[in-house]
Amino acid sequence: MTEETAPAVTKATARVKRGLAEMLRGGVIMDVVTADQAKIAEDAGAVAVMALERVPADIRRDGGVARMSDPALVEEIQAAVSIPVMAKARIGHFVEAQILEALQVDYIDESEVLTPADEAYHIDKWRFSVPFVCGATNLGEALRRVSEGAALIRSKGEAGTGNVVEAVRHLRSIVGDIKKITQADSAELHGWAKELRAPYELVAEIAETGKLPVPLFCAGGIATPADAALVMQLGAEACFVGSGIFKSGDPAKRARAIVEATTHYQDATILAKVSRNLGVPMVGIEMDKVDVHLAERGW
Amino acid sequence: MPAELKGVTHLVIPGGESTAISLLLRSSELLKPVTDFAAGGGALFGTCAGMIILASEIMDGRPDQVALGAIDITVRRNGFGRQVNSFEADLRVDGVAGRPMTVAFIRAPVVTRVGPGVSVLASVTYEFPTGGTQEVPAICRSKNVLVSSFHPEVTGDDRLHKLFLESF
Repeated sequence: MTEETAPAVTKATARVKRGLAEMLRGGVIMDVVTADQAKIAEDAGAVAVMALERVPADIRRDGGVARMSDPALVEEIQAAVSIPVMAKARIGHFVEAQILEALQVDYIDESEVLTPADEAYHIDKWRFSVPFVCGATNLGEALRRVSEGAALIRSKGEAGTGNVVEAVRHLRSIVGDIKKITQADSAELHGWAKELRAPYELVAEIAETGKLPVPLFCAGGIATPADAALVMQLGAEACFVGSGIFKSGDPAKRARAIVEATTHYQDATILAKVSRNLGVPMVGIEMDKVDVHLAERGW
Repeated sequence: MPAELKGVTHLVIPGGESTAISLLLRSSELLKPVTDFAAGGGALFGTCAGMIILASEIMDGRPDQVALGAIDITVRRNGFGRQVNSFEADLRVDGVAGRPMTVAFIRAPVVTRVGPGVSVLASVTYEFPTGGTQEVPAICRSKNVLVSSFHPEVTGDDRLHKLFLESF
């Protein structure tokens, strides 16, 4: 083979990391705690699963320190399904991330749902080959995570509540500021960078493209097909659904309905059809009854 | 939706998760219209998961997932490995002039068999974790179907789309 025809292969580029997130757009990523749940998720049309020991609703109920899942559980779930498997590391816990990379998970979620390990720094995500997803409550937080190497942003919402109100607040904040930045003149962009505490280059990129440099998904409190379609109509490109599926009366049916709703999010006739007879939804919590606000973790 | 296929001459089946696409093809009642479109000689371009959907045989797939058989190839899902093994490569493509195409293979399928009537327009040399370094097809075509293991749109090079529109 000549030099000219031998293709150069390069792994772990930003495009390859963000590329997987782009392939998940329009889909649903489901929290699962067992291999059986992972199979139910795959059967329902999930584009990926998040392997966890406890869903956020149980973490909220049980309290205590929430950590990375047991590697044996992650491997069991990887063996059970053919779709991508993600797993969570604590904020700033780069060794948990190293372990998850050694397990070859497809995405690492540096997640506020687990108890933070570092009060000053998030993980330097550029040092890893596995791509990272991080939560954000506003555009500044999103851009700080992108500047640390996150290849995907999810609006945080308030995990484990079954209440979509925080997800809507965070998504509207991020999408709203993106819209304003596209209207800003070049001098104002410097003001935006200062106000958002985010790198100027990323703010300038948003002004140019009208979107985040990485895909924007939504998480935290999605419990019904209508919730999923709501966040999609508000500008999310895909949904993470945690407790909302496996804390409901008929997980398989609800999972399937949320997948259909995320695909056909603009078609109210289909949304009405798939929302019928889903059984009992997750009960949910009102925000003034929430003791621990997970979304406030990270900065 | 099936009605949206009326009048379409060229159809792209993009990347994503082939298992999820299979389910949604069925529930959206698109499976038969797309099968008929392929059987009637309609021009199809499948990238990554789209290539899996159009293939005649799938290895490491789910038993219920769709293989339309629009092009006579066998593919192995996630044949290059998990996401840590995803990569970019520079490819020389038959029918694409100029510099090599830089493209992204993301949890990509591997073509393990190419049937009669199918030609290989580009190949990629890859060091597999098991099985050593091999050259495998990256783009295949038949009379009316073009498929690529990679995502041409991720790296922003539209020359393969141009080839699809101009020669099919």
